[in-house]
Amino acid sequence: MITVGDLRVTFGHGASAVHAVRGISFHVEEGGAYGLVGESGSGKTTVLRVLSGLLGTWEGRLAVGGQEQGARRDRAFHKMVQMVFQDPYGSLHPRHTVDRALAEPIAIHRLGRQGDSSRRIVRALDEVGLGPAFRFRYPHQLSGGQRQRVAIARALVLEPRVLLLDEPTSSLDVSIQAEVLNLLARLRREHRLTYVLVTHNLAVVAHLCERLGVMNLGRMVEELTVAELRAAEPREPYTRQLLRASLGYDRRAVDALETFD
Amino acid sequence: MEAAPRSEPAPLLRVEDLWVRFPGRMGVVEAVRGVGFTVGREKLGIVGESGSGKTVTGRAILRLVLPPGLVTARRLVFDGQDLLALNEAAMRGIRGRRISMVMQDPKFSLNPVMTVGSQVAEAYRMHADASLEEARRRTLEMLAAVKIRDPERVYRLYPHEVSGGMGQRVMIAMMLIPGPDLLIADEPTSALDVTVQMQVLAILDDLVTQQGMGLVFVSHDLNLVASFCDRILVMYAGRIVETCRASELQQARHPYTRGLLQSLPRVDRPVAELPVLQRDPAWQDAFP
Repeated sequence: MITVGDLRVTFGHGASAVHAVRGISFHVEEGGAYGLVGESGSGKTTVLRVLSGLLGTWEGRLAVGGQEQGARRDRAFHKMVQMVFQDPYGSLHPRHTVDRALAEPIAIHRLGRQGDSSRRIVRALDEVGLGPAFRFRYPHQLSGGQRQRVAIARALVLEPRVLLLDEPTSSLDVSIQAEVLNLLARLRREHRLTYVLVTHNLAVVAHLCERLGVMNLGRMVEELTVAELRAAEPREPYTRQLLRASLGYDRRAVDALETFD
Repeated sequence: MEAAPRSEPAPLLRVEDLWVRFPGRMGVVEAVRGVGFTVGREKLGIVGESGSGKTVTGRAILRLVLPPGLVTARRLVFDGQDLLALNEAAMRGIRGRRISMVMQDPKFSLNPVMTVGSQVAEAYRMHADASLEEARRRTLEMLAAVKIRDPERVYRLYPHEVSGGMGQRVMIAMMLIPGPDLLIADEPTSALDVTVQMQVLAILDDLVTQQGMGLVFVSHDLNLVASFCDRILVMYAGRIVETCRASELQQARHPYTRGLLQSLPRVDRPVAELPVLQRDPAWQDAFP
């Protein structure tokens, strides 16, 4: 479904150039869920921005749904690929109702003939577990978890095949995180969606994905399956350290921490 | 309820029946409802979700709850002094020097028009009678201690020029430089990468074990608190619903604590569906 080959992204020129992504390759099959894990500055979000088309300056190869993609994407691409952002407080317009937020992509893609728009909105809200009562509310009238559900509904309203998820639960409380993770897992099963999930949380990746790529300083450190991660058998020391740190605090382990430059 | 911390003497901080109320148009919001605990020279974790009152509890100890917010307590005693009876001038002598607080978001806590180095140095000079040169030297040491790689360069940067994680470490340096007896840290490491987070926690850990600082660690991250702290208070709707030793968190009895623990995905424990917390209205009123 998604093939990325030797992707490179550089910001700036000359001496001050920042090589955010330095030759990344990976493949996600249709219906698969792939996690991109790394610390801040590893380039994981930049990769997602290239995939979504938000970032137009990159080199390398990108194919989505069997079609080679360039810097500019056509409307059909955006119908197929949608994105859910980290912060639902920022990604929803504060003065647009839920209805208006969901109607906009439908209008852009001209799918709203003869009351079809209304049907799509109600169905998308229903899929994320929000009743029709939520349709005419404003974001400030919703809790954080409900807002993230609206953001997911907005992505689903076009019936995409790929969802790009950028830290979809990291601004939510743990109990709400569990609800949203369950929702994402169910939607993927029911609609045979393909996910690319960017996060720093290994447990979230392990719950939602089958495979993951670990990034550090713009490079892919290693790719492994979630089964290998669960068995605590990463090959690379960087991944082992990340895994160990995510299991909790251990004073003795801190002194053994290495820097991977 | 639980055994006293290792050191026998009176606790550093004793809080009894603390209430924080915010009057509003829709009536009075009770953010903290009758909370009581003690802090010795130990790591005390306060966990809970947003709105549970954990941050307001930390702010109330430092009398940082602004009017119309109202703080009352039967006792709020720090090192023999009743904090609620002190006047504002006396309180300023305690804030920063004796009790310090690391806030959650460095973006709103740093002065945008001062370099980060001069802010940390100022914090030191406020509390210690030091020359500019001495303050600068101590600041560079402190920045290095919080794992900032190039302290000389970072000293001259303005807050907008540093990343979130770096800003948070600057905040921690600023709060630690006066050498407080008690540090209240409100989600001090949630903006940091896990490995940096571990290093910053190790700094706090060493201050507690080697210099006898008391630490109140406010966090929503149960696993982190369980592995880092000595004791844990679990807050829900402004009350403490459970108190336990950190090592015994997995055997927690309150359904809220159990629900929170189960709703966390874990690398070492795969589940098809995460159990979702079912909230019981009775938790609002039931005392532990």
